[in-house]
Amino acid sequence: MGELRLMKGNEVIAEAAIRYGCDGYFGYPITPQSEVMESLMAARPWETTGMVVLQAESEIASIHMVYGAAGCGKRVMTSSSSPGISLMAEGISYIAGSELPCVIVNVQRGGPGLGTIQPSQADYNQATKGGGHGDYSLLVLAPASVQEMNDFVGLGFDLAFKYRNPVMILADGVIGQMMEKVELMDQQPRWTEEQVKQITGSWATQGKTKDREKHVITSLEMDSHIMENNNLRLQAKYQQMKDEDVRYETIECEDADYILVAFGCAARICQKTVQMARAKGHKVGLLRPITLFPFPEKVIAEMASHVNGFLTVEFNAGQMVNDVRLAVNGKTRVEYFGRMGGILPSPDEVEKALYHKLIGD
Amino acid sequence: MAEIAERLKNIIRPENLIYGKSPLLNEVTMHYCPGCSHGVVHKIIAEVIDDMGIQDSTIGVSPVGCAVFAYNYIDIDWSEAAHGRAPAVATGIKRISPEKTVFTYQGDGDLAAIGTAETMHAVNRGENIVMIFINNAIYGMTGGQMAPTTLLGQVTSTTPYGRNVDLNGYPLKITELIAQLPGAAYVTRQSVHTPAAVRKARKAIRKAFELSQKNIGTCFVEVVSTCNSGWKLTPVESNDWMVKHMFPLFPLGDLKDGGKDATEPFNIQG
Repeated sequence: MGELRLMKGNEVIAEAAIRYGCDGYFGYPITPQSEVMESLMAARPWETTGMVVLQAESEIASIHMVYGAAGCGKRVMTSSSSPGISLMAEGISYIAGSELPCVIVNVQRGGPGLGTIQPSQADYNQATKGGGHGDYSLLVLAPASVQEMNDFVGLGFDLAFKYRNPVMILADGVIGQMMEKVELMDQQPRWTEEQVKQITGSWATQGKTKDREKHVITSLEMDSHIMENNNLRLQAKYQQMKDEDVRYETIECEDADYILVAFGCAARICQKTVQMARAKGHKVGLLRPITLFPFPEKVIAEMASHVNGFLTVEFNAGQMVNDVRLAVNGKTRVEYFGRMGGILPSPDEVEKALYHKLIGD
Repeated sequence: MAEIAERLKNIIRPENLIYGKSPLLNEVTMHYCPGCSHGVVHKIIAEVIDDMGIQDSTIGVSPVGCAVFAYNYIDIDWSEAAHGRAPAVATGIKRISPEKTVFTYQGDGDLAAIGTAETMHAVNRGENIVMIFINNAIYGMTGGQMAPTTLLGQVTSTTPYGRNVDLNGYPLKITELIAQLPGAAYVTRQSVHTPAAVRKARKAIRKAFELSQKNIGTCFVEVVSTCNSGWKLTPVESNDWMVKHMFPLFPLGDLKDGGKDATEPFNIQG
């Protein structure tokens, strides 16, 4: 059993990064996730594990610092919130195009524009459909608890290096700010220089030695045939993610006639709604996608053949509902319920929406 | 003829070789226009890295612009940055690999327009990197548009009647701004239009790379350069034009030499 503590989600991101053996964090303050860098600066990991922590002049600079450092084969990360992630979109596209591993945390707030500092899930489309220019995908993990904020840092790095692809932890202001009991991992050592060379030595910028060709980190290719092949290689990687790394949780789905689909904090609310509806005799279950990309489309397609309908519950205007509709492919009804602007629906509200939109009042 | 050939054979021997192409310059044809300064500066950088014996510990950061393919020409590890972000990319590399020599190679649009924030803040943090700044007062790669350093009255494809203060503002002397920052260790402005200038520029770039080993702040070398294609002049005319029009606004010489400012007059912890 690891050390148990009562912590904020944002603080846990920082603690997990240090304990996992992360090599560097580059960030810029923005509400509601500033505690990530504040906690790192207070912990001074450069004196213990040797982890680099740097406050950049902007989100643009911080993501390009991540690009440079990730190109060296090190385990590096950044965190931000919605408007900051928009600024990072350029760098994220370059990181995906150059096939570099890194972890990006988005503790979402409401938009569009400066929007609100209250929690939101309105960046679902941005996160799962790339977010920047070009055909690329991030592997997106959606934590629903402070414990998962801890667990997904390590999982995120493992997946980032498995695929040489950026991984996004798509949290929201609730998970970032709330305190819960968390079991922390024991301190792991950072990779030694030998390990870094062994794991990333075939591509990273570590200094050209006589025994190998120079390494170039780039997404640029002027030959259209090679560029198309680069894109096909990326697409093959995303297909492999769909084949090997779909993660989701099902709650009371075995005998369910109706399925709620929700991720992150919305899934916590829906868990209560399932209990309330079941107490009234309705067979309702909950599917919680943990990876938003790759999306658990197969399990939804299987369920679609025997349930009477799906209701997605999202803190946005209805974004994930489109992915559920694609998976269901017309086999049954798919409805959406959500709130925006930083308002969280209560379990009662979700229950009413479930009866009104799906089961019948 | 045979006698001359025999005499030449005796002269062309390795022990008589006093100058050659740097082994760090790859065997590829450069895409630069004849007369462009980039090739000369590339050659200098390759020679300096080779002379210092730091090929295996140097990482270059190439820009967006004409020098985007710098990584094809110099035989070291490279990271190709997004437009203007080279100083941030170099910061990430240097912070995570402090034992490496890290340099950026950027044009005026990259360093002084879209990447001004990254440039100023990297130097202000005193990042222990070298920045090579090619200032040719025009956007070469995209076809000759106005640069931040375009001179007043200079005709470009986006200032077809000449750069006008009311419409376009003033040419930006960013190297003078850089020299004001306490994080800058060595700031100099050079050119490569004559053999003597090339030798001086080579000395300055060598000094910048050497100082960067000492971790005393950012070393910044501007090279006032020609873009004869963009300027629509011959290479020789371009050299004359540069001397006549650019040097008065961008005078050559050292702007700062001595290392990151050691005093911290504003530190309230005393």
